[in-house]
Amino acid sequence: MNMRAVASIYHAEMARTGRTLMQSVLAPVISTSLYFVVFGAAIGSRIEEIDGVGYGAFIVPGLVMMMILMQSVSNGSIGIYFPKFNGTVYEILSAPISAFEIVIGYVGAAATKSLILGALVLATAAFFVPLEVQHPLAMLAFLVLTSLTFSLFGFIIGIWADNFEQLSVVPMLIVTPLTFLGGSFYSISVLPPFWQTVTLFNPVVYLISGFRWSFYGVSDVDVGISLLAVLGFFLLCLIIVWWMFRTGYRLKT
Amino acid sequence: MSSIISIKGLSKTYAGGFEALKSVDLDIGEGEIFALLGPNGAGKTTLIGVVCGLVTPTAGTVTVDGHDIIRDFRATRSRIGLVPQEMSIDMFTTVWSSVSFSRGLFGKPPDPAYIEQVLRDLSLWDKKDEQIRTLSGGMKRRVMIAKALAHEPEILFLDEPTAGVDVELRQSMWQVIGRLREHGVTIILTTHYIEEAEQMADRVGVISRGEIVVVEETGTLMNKMGRKQLILYLSEPLAALPAELGVNGLELSAGGTELHFDYDTHADRTGITTLLANLNRAGLSVRDLETRQSSLEEIFVDLVGSQS
Ligand SMILES: Nc1ncnc2c1ncn2[C@@H]1O[C@H](COP(=O)(O)OP(=O)(O)O)[C@@H](O)[C@H]1O
Ligand SMILES: [Mg+2]
Repeated sequence: MNMRAVASIYHAEMARTGRTLMQSVLAPVISTSLYFVVFGAAIGSRIEEIDGVGYGAFIVPGLVMMMILMQSVSNGSIGIYFPKFNGTVYEILSAPISAFEIVIGYVGAAATKSLILGALVLATAAFFVPLEVQHPLAMLAFLVLTSLTFSLFGFIIGIWADNFEQLSVVPMLIVTPLTFLGGSFYSISVLPPFWQTVTLFNPVVYLISGFRWSFYGVSDVDVGISLLAVLGFFLLCLIIVWWMFRTGYRLKT
Repeated sequence: MSSIISIKGLSKTYAGGFEALKSVDLDIGEGEIFALLGPNGAGKTTLIGVVCGLVTPTAGTVTVDGHDIIRDFRATRSRIGLVPQEMSIDMFTTVWSSVSFSRGLFGKPPDPAYIEQVLRDLSLWDKKDEQIRTLSGGMKRRVMIAKALAHEPEILFLDEPTAGVDVELRQSMWQVIGRLREHGVTIILTTHYIEEAEQMADRVGVISRGEIVVVEETGTLMNKMGRKQLILYLSEPLAALPAELGVNGLELSAGGTELHFDYDTHADRTGITTLLANLNRAGLSVRDLETRQSSLEEIFVDLVGSQS
C-alpha cells in the first residue's frame, strides 16, 4: 500500500477545497440554511406536525442528506474529471499506485468535504429549529456511508464523462429529481398508495428515511432496510469502479 | 552495458483499429542517453506510454530493471520519471506544492533539500511560491521536468523536450540532462530533429510507422550517414572483379554490368581517384556513373517523405 501517495492525493484535493472556500463550503451551507429560515422558521410554524415532529425540525435531516448527496456527487466527479480534462491525470496513471489507492485518495477527500459540510449545516440548523438526535451512532453511520457512497458515485461519473455537459447531466437529470422526491419535505405516507409504491424505487427515500429515524425515531421504511440499501449501492459503485480501472475504461488508451 | 529496459514483441492497436506499434523489440542500456527518432505519428509517444503505464499494450512484454511493467508496476513505475509531450499541469497550485505532490505520489518521504536542489538546477527556485499559471511557457516546461525528477527516478523519459522551446531553454535543458547522466540516470528522449539526437545521445533508434527501423551507436550512425555509394555502369559485363582495381568496398552487381563502390565522404581519401585510375589501367570503359546516399540516408528521406 502506497500510503504516501494516498495522502498526497487526499491533501491536494483538500487544498483545492481550501482555495475555493467560498464556493465549495460557504455556498452550500448558506443555501441549505435558507431552507431552514424559510420552511423552518417562517412557513414551518403554519404547517402541521408530521409524526409528532414540528415541520421545521422534520425537514432538517432530509435537507442535510440532500446537500450531502449533491455535494458528494459533484466533488467526487470533479476531483477526477479535472485531471482528465487538463491532462494531469498522466501523473496519477504513471505513478506506482493501484486503482484502489487512487479511489481512496479522491473519494476519501470528497467524502471528508461532505462530512464537514454536513456538520456545518447541522450546527446552523440548530440555531433555527429545535433538533434532537436519538441515535447518534446511526446518524454518524448514515452520514459517513452516504458521503462515501455518493462521492464514489460521483467519481464514476467523473471517469465516464467526456465533457462538461456529461459531467452535469447525471446530477441534474437523475440525482436532483430523485433527491427532491426523496421525502425531504414530506412523509411518503401522505402520498396516494400508487405513488407510495413508485417512491419505494427511489433509493434516496431509504437514505432520508433512515437518517431521519436517527434523529426522531420515526421513519417511512424500516431502518435496517435503509442501511442495507445504502450498503448495496456502495458495493455496486465499488464494483463499477473496479471494472473501470481493470479495463482502463476512459482513463487509458 | 546491461539493459535496464527490455521491450519484446510490443504491439499496440488502438480502439479504432490503428496499429501504432508493430512488434517492437528494443533494449535500453543502463545509464545511456537514448534518442528515439522518428516523424510525427511514428509511435514514439505510444511506446513511452506503454512503458510508463498510460497505454495498455495489445501484445508483447516490457521489463524495467527485470520487473514486468504490468505484474510488477510498483517496482517499474517508481523507477521512472516522465515528462510528457503535452503541457499538462495544474495551473492553480504553486511550483513548490506541485513538485512536492509528485514526490509524494511516487511514495517518497518529503525531502525539502532535494526538491530545493531540483528547483535550483532548473532555475525555478525564485519561483517556488508562484502559482504555475503566472509562469511563462518555458518555465512551465521546467516545472514539468522538476515534477518528473521529484522522486529521484533512475530512468527519465522526455517526450519531445525541445519542441517549441527557445534556444536558451534548450541549452539549459541539455545541461540538466548532462548532469543527470553523470548521476547515472538513464535518459530516453524522443525528437524528430536528427541534429538533436546527434548532439546528445549515446545511441539512436529510428522508428517509422510503428516499427523500429534501426538502432545504432550515434557515432556509427553518423558515419553511415556520411557514406555514399558510387555506381559505375560498365560498357561490357565482367565475369569477376579484376584484382588490379585495388580498392576495398567494391562489389560487382547487376550481372556484372555494374560496379558498386562504398566510400566515406568524411574521409581524407575516398578512394575514388585510385579506383578511376585503376579502371583506366585495366582498360575497362564506363558507360555512365551515379552516386547514391547510403541506405540510412534513404531511410531518412523516406521518413521525411512520409510526413507530407
Ligand atoms: N488514443 C489514440 N487513439 C487512436 N489512435 C491514436 C491514439 N493515440 C495515437 N494514435 C495514433 O497512433 C499513431 C502514433 O501516435 P504517437 O505515438 O503519438 O506518435 P508520435 O509520438 O511518434 O508522433 C498516430 O498515427 C496517432 O494518430
Ligand atoms: Mg509524440
